[in-house]
Amino acid sequence: MRPAFSVIFFTTASGAGCGLLIWLGLLAPAGLLPASLWFGGLTLALALALLTAGLLASTFHLGHPERAWRALGQWRSSWLSREGVAALATYPPALAFGSLWVLGGPRGPWTALCGALAAAGALGTVFCTGQIYASLRTIRQWHDSRVVPLYLLLALWSGAVLAAALAGLWGAARLPALLALVCGLGGLALKLSYWHAIDRAAPASTLESATGLGSWGKVRPLDPPHTEENYLLREMGYRIARKHAAKLRRLALALAFALPLALLAAGLAARLAFPALLAALAAAAGLLIERWLFFAEAKHVVTLYYRGN
Amino acid sequence: MTSIPKPAPGAKKLGLVIDLDTCVGCQACAVSCKEWNTSGHMAPLTDLDPYGARPDGVWFNRIHSYEAGDGAAGRTVHFPRSCLHCEDAPCVTVCPTGASYKRAEDGIVLVDADLCIGCKLCSWACPYGAREYDEDAGVMKKCTLCIDRIYNETLGEEERVPACVSVCPTRARHFGDLGDPDSEVSQLVAERGGFELMPEQGCKPVNRYLPPRPRAAPPVPSPSPSPSQTAEAATPIANRLLAWADRVLSR
Repeated sequence: MRPAFSVIFFTTASGAGCGLLIWLGLLAPAGLLPASLWFGGLTLALALALLTAGLLASTFHLGHPERAWRALGQWRSSWLSREGVAALATYPPALAFGSLWVLGGPRGPWTALCGALAAAGALGTVFCTGQIYASLRTIRQWHDSRVVPLYLLLALWSGAVLAAALAGLWGAARLPALLALVCGLGGLALKLSYWHAIDRAAPASTLESATGLGSWGKVRPLDPPHTEENYLLREMGYRIARKHAAKLRRLALALAFALPLALLAAGLAARLAFPALLAALAAAAGLLIERWLFFAEAKHVVTLYYRGN
Repeated sequence: MTSIPKPAPGAKKLGLVIDLDTCVGCQACAVSCKEWNTSGHMAPLTDLDPYGARPDGVWFNRIHSYEAGDGAAGRTVHFPRSCLHCEDAPCVTVCPTGASYKRAEDGIVLVDADLCIGCKLCSWACPYGAREYDEDAGVMKKCTLCIDRIYNETLGEEERVPACVSVCPTRARHFGDLGDPDSEVSQLVAERGGFELMPEQGCKPVNRYLPPRPRAAPPVPSPSPSPSQTAEAATPIANRLLAWADRVLSR
């Protein structure tokens, strides 16, 4: 699948924003994050800015961005529609949470309720994002039981690294950094298991089943229907060389997981705040590569008709 | 509404039956479809750079050619690919706006271009590549089963079939109600062992394809031709029609 930057940016930015909002909404009312107004304001603003930037970016790949509001209509059947509804439903409790923090600090019961609702909305948004991909049977690399947990875990991971980086400025990076370590190790294990699985799974469809000519023997493309590329080949026929994929996977592992995990551990051991900031930067770059690969390595069955495999 | 509607009792399941035995890959269906539909329900079928180095455009039919099997048992098969108007059309249920819909009365899958936001998710969901994005209009386009022909009372009765069906020179394309087991198309499917494409994708396509007929048994070569046969073979028949008849009759 063509790795469109708008969608890569959307899923990583909104994932990190949602992850950060989940931790803020759940931990701050429990007194586990700094109670400073500046910390709350800065963290909430960053979370909502990431979510908003992601949502805006996602409208850039639409043919008619001015009609984007229509996407909220079909939540009964469409995961894309549900994602939009969940994302927008996250704003009112998140903004109420911020207002109540300003009025009375992060620990009141109403603040806690709004924080929990905002966290639920953010969790729901990421869940729907994962489902958009996982529900597509046409792309076996996406139609996998690990895809939704991966989206959730990577959102929690990037959100926790950001929370650790920000809380570190108030000398309270310890808990978010520990949570980040858990989510990061979990995300790393799940990503490795995902790559292992997609490299080995047999495709559900073949050119023989796509043409129904299997009873005659092996089917090979002879003449293409058109000489130039068309929309299908541009959108669905993106190919990445195997050697680049292997290199990029190693780069993604190093930047998205290994380096930030090491930095967080070092920061925890040395009681320093700045390694968490570096970890957040590395994780952001690494997750962009990871998400690029998620698209570039995904193969749509329609390419069978053109390439035979 | 992008949920799949419950078909009304007795509702039609309109679709195509494509005969892979007689299709000669002439592209007439693709051209006729383009010609009709570029001013039809989904108009226009935009072309970009049509006379330039890299022409590009929206087509509802794409005609592939494949080789199936090896050697004498192998076949060259021309393979028209278009929308199959699936019963469980995933392109419809993924649509966030309701632009994609399936008609309850006849099962035709359509796009409302005024509601489409051009998110392209329907083209990701379709295993058959039936949806093409119009870069110029910013919306998705697809086969309408010539909805503006099949119900068009200003056309003669015999013309009320999809453009691709009406133009096919080898009658490799048939149109009808595949929900009615007694219809001509259903009979044809039953008789010829018609099949659906990629049943494992779970879309329950309505269109059916008819397999190539088995090849006639190859002639048994006689070990030593008699002198008269050799003499006959030595004199080529000048009249081409007679030469063809000779070849067919000698099988």
